Amino acid sequence: MAKVSITVNGKPQSAEVEPRTLLVEFLRYKLNLTGTHVGCDTSQCGACTVHLDGKPVKSCTMLAVQAEGRNVTTIEGVATGDQLHPVQAAFRECHGLQCGFCTPGMVMSALGIIERHKGGAIDEKTVRHELEGNICRCTGYQGIVNAVLLAAKNMGLKVA
Amino acid sequence: MYEFDYTRPSSVADAAKARGDDSSYLAGGMTLLPTLKQRLARPDKLVDLSGLAELKGISVAGGTLTIGAMTCHADVANSADVKKAIPALAVLASGIGDPQVRNRGTIGGSIANADPSADYPAAVVALNATIHTNKRQLAGEQFFKGLFETALEPGEIVVKVSFPIPKRAGYCKFPNPASRYAVVGVMVADTASGVRVGVTGAGPCAFRAKDMEAALAKNFSADAIANVAMPAKGLNTDLHATAEYRAHLVGVMAKRAIAAALG
Ligand SMILES: Cc1cc2nc3c(=O)[nH]c(=O)nc-3n(C[C@H](O)[C@H](O)[C@H](O)COP(=O)(O)OP(=O)(O)OC[C@H]3O[C@@H](n4cnc5c(N)ncnc54)[C@H](O)[C@@H]3O)c2cc1C
Ligand code: FES
Ligand code: FES
Repeated sequence: MAKVSITVNGKPQSAEVEPRTLLVEFLRYKLNLTGTHVGCDTSQCGACTVHLDGKPVKSCTMLAVQAEGRNVTTIEGVATGDQLHPVQAAFRECHGLQCGFCTPGMVMSALGIIERHKGGAIDEKTVRHELEGNICRCTGYQGIVNAVLLAAKNMGLKVA
Repeated sequence: MYEFDYTRPSSVADAAKARGDDSSYLAGGMTLLPTLKQRLARPDKLVDLSGLAELKGISVAGGTLTIGAMTCHADVANSADVKKAIPALAVLASGIGDPQVRNRGTIGGSIANADPSADYPAAVVALNATIHTNKRQLAGEQFFKGLFETALEPGEIVVKVSFPIPKRAGYCKFPNPASRYAVVGVMVADTASGVRVGVTGAGPCAFRAKDMEAALAKNFSADAIANVAMPAKGLNTDLHATAEYRAHLVGVMAKRAIAAALG
């Protein structure tokens, strides 16, 4: 067993884990943060996306021990109380979800996209390219792409 | 996953010492962890390289761009130094997998793994890179030996990769629509030692397309290779593409890479 200390959604968390414990298992089973989903076992679907020190990563393809001392943000850390984050609000507004299974990962990736283009411009082609790490079986992506573009606009980016 | 021990040493010497015969180094984990999840390997210990300062950073000096082995693909893609020195390398890194993979996967892990469809090997071969390990320096052209096989000895650590800056270069791949790995990827580079064409995805490991190089040495344009055939013999056939189709794609990707280099 190994002791890990990770700051999750701003709160320091420590636990004894096996080295083989995945970050997603630590989040879901040790911390009961079940918003982060597991949709595949091939590192391709992105349902497990969280931020590690502000950058999107697949929590199913990282060991909890690799996150030692780092900051992790999950979907539970995105809204402010009852107030949805502009990215979440845009997903609701644009029908960016149907079953919702991929949505936590989509939102975390969308936040990464908007962060990477902060203060600049963004277009549909860029959004589609940068959503390549997230798979949705329901929506056909159009609503998701619209949601990211709307959120980007509402967060001050130029939408081309 | 089977059980394993985990350690994160803080020097290259300690990392080499910590690795036993049945242990694995862990870099970004983007290849190793999926492999372990499928129980396709059973290392007794993972030696995490993320604590090694010597394996980090990007620098330019004396006509050479040097990238530490633990540099992730996103950092290469976004580096102002890389974009200025070898823009084709930034383009290559920006097309690896997806944003989450690029935030974790590393150049050292990519070349040590030597996946036949990985992108970086095309650049290592085309730009005549030097692989610096904890024991020696290896020429890029001699580094890839076959399917998932490199010149690295067991336990040898890739520390950094240095790329002589070419006059111009371009990279283009035909990505697998699901994984984005290169069905075929080609880097064309106009270098101090002549024109070099590095091909990945097509064969068991990256190789040079020497007939194309000869044609391009006389005339650096897409037209120059219009009639240079790439033999399908020895190329890969799998569910994504036949050897004949891959041979065809080498020509198409090479022409696009030349256009990018001239662009
Ligand atoms: C969904 C997905 C899509 C991908 N798409 C692409 C793509 O389009 N193109 C592409 O090229 N790749 C792609 N990859 C692979 C990705 O680029 C990996 O990052 C890379 O192959 C391995 O790098 P890593 O740092 O993750 O290494 P790891 O997985 O940590 O290690 C891989 C192997 O290399 C060894 N190793 C690692 N670092 C060193 C070192 N410094 N010295 C010696 N040995 C070392 C390890 O022991 C292990 O055997 C994809 C991966 C995924 C999951
Ligand atoms: S669960 Fe992590 S990529 Fe699918
Ligand atoms: S909404 Fe169902 S998988 Fe995306």
